[in-house]
Amino acid sequence: MIYADNAATTKMSEAAINTMLNVMKESYGNPSSLYGIGQHAKEILEEARVKIASVIGADPGEITFTSGGSEADNQAIVSAAELGRKKGKMHIISTAIEHHAVLHTLEKLKKEGFDITLLDVHENGIVRPEEVEAAIRDDTCLVTIMYANNEIGTIQPIREIGAICRSRNVLFHTDAVQAIAHIPVNVKDDNIDMLSSSAHKYHGPKGVGFLYAKKGIRLTNIIEGGAQERGKRAGTENVPGIAAMAEALQEADTHMAENAAHMAAMRDKLIAGLREIPHAALNGDAEHRLPGNVNFCFEGIEGESLLLLLDDKGIQASSGSACTSGSLDPSHVLLAIGRVHDVAHGSLRLSIGEEITEEEVDYIIKSVKDVVGYLRSFSPVWRDLCAGKTPFIL
Amino acid sequence: MALYSEKVMDHFRNPRNVGVIEDANGIGEVGNAKCGDIMKMYLKIEDDIVQDVKFETFGCGSAIASSSMATELIKGKPVSEVAQLTNKAVAEALDGLPAYKMHCSVLAEEAIQSALADYYSKKEATAE
Ligand SMILES: Cc1ncc(COP(=O)(O)O)c(C=O)c1O
Ligand SMILES: [Zn+2]
Repeated sequence: MIYADNAATTKMSEAAINTMLNVMKESYGNPSSLYGIGQHAKEILEEARVKIASVIGADPGEITFTSGGSEADNQAIVSAAELGRKKGKMHIISTAIEHHAVLHTLEKLKKEGFDITLLDVHENGIVRPEEVEAAIRDDTCLVTIMYANNEIGTIQPIREIGAICRSRNVLFHTDAVQAIAHIPVNVKDDNIDMLSSSAHKYHGPKGVGFLYAKKGIRLTNIIEGGAQERGKRAGTENVPGIAAMAEALQEADTHMAENAAHMAAMRDKLIAGLREIPHAALNGDAEHRLPGNVNFCFEGIEGESLLLLLDDKGIQASSGSACTSGSLDPSHVLLAIGRVHDVAHGSLRLSIGEEITEEEVDYIIKSVKDVVGYLRSFSPVWRDLCAGKTPFIL
Repeated sequence: MALYSEKVMDHFRNPRNVGVIEDANGIGEVGNAKCGDIMKMYLKIEDDIVQDVKFETFGCGSAIASSSMATELIKGKPVSEVAQLTNKAVAEALDGLPAYKMHCSVLAEEAIQSALADYYSKKEATAE
């Protein structure tokens, strides 16, 4: 089996599993309790906070644990919106390729009267800092732009955008769910005010993440209740999950350079191999790209059938086709970079892991070539393209 | 639980009656690339019987399996019976489809009805 869907989720690392098991077995107390095992759980929690903060260049007091990336995105955006609303600033800038955790939160705010500007990401899937600058108005309360895209892997010029926001005195949030632990991220160097992260994207457990919010930014509660997380996120903390997240993050951070170098080499080999398929195109910039991300469109075929046949060959991947999403529209990210519907349906995302080997890459290339060729052999769309009835797009 | 029934996967992995009939006397194509599924049905009808049927499909697993199953259901059948084919019958023969995939079986029904309509209109044209 070759698991090539690490952008969807990752396999937990041994270290993270062991940490989680140990905490569950030995440190089951409630961190809010005053007796020994409660206070021990509290220590584990605070150690995790220190570890995580140090990896991203934050202070421990700036980290709020959440149930994952979606909750962190929601809380960051709602908090900035509330701060803005109080000052009569009700304009938010984002991009068309954000995760739905961001886009749907912005849609909700739009119904409440906020004005939302979604910046174009152009053909390469990258935002232009000068367009962020030009979009900022006197009533802009937030710029939220993802660090790296989950579908096409493009990495945004976060540091430059952050600097612009600083100079214009606008809060800057970044959804770094796909970036953290894969490429260097430092909230100070990158001029980030708020950042979202999710443990299951870096070999930690699912259902746990964190929000970084720079000291002085007042967070709005999404979940009301007890006084956990400085009163900003109620609910007994997921201590085993949080401890395992810190472990996984530290582990990934320690090996980041070597892992990224290997994955980028494997990624580029995959891209070169898949480029040999006629009428296919890479989605997203080839250079400013996550080390593990490969995303292609193949003309004349549909993505779900491609995924099912690859699964039969032992390769797990994903697609932005409508038929994999349950809606009639293909991925909003592919549409945003200018892929028309016809082509966007035939997309394939391979998000490789650190352990991928050269032989596996060769096998993936051969398998994709075979399956694309097979599906094209009885595709009426492909027939019309080859007969010249409809023009090739790719 | 798997996304699809074993029947669906069988027809998806080993689609029956794939291809083109060069001298088809009824051809129907439905769907569009925008929605993500396109089916083309070729019928060879003689003495009011579907002597041969072939299909080409651009689409998801459910679309390919529905096309394949639909061809099996109509092959060798009188046109009067073929005209009655419903998407429900196709889906049932596949041991069911996920709710959001039912539209793919609708396409199979529509492709066959469109091919039949083409056959009748051609027949009328030659009779004139
Ligand atoms: C870019 C991005 N943001 C947010 C999320 C949501 O994270 P979670 O699944 O932890 O809620 C994901 C994961 O699917 C993601 O890729
Ligand atoms: Zn379909």
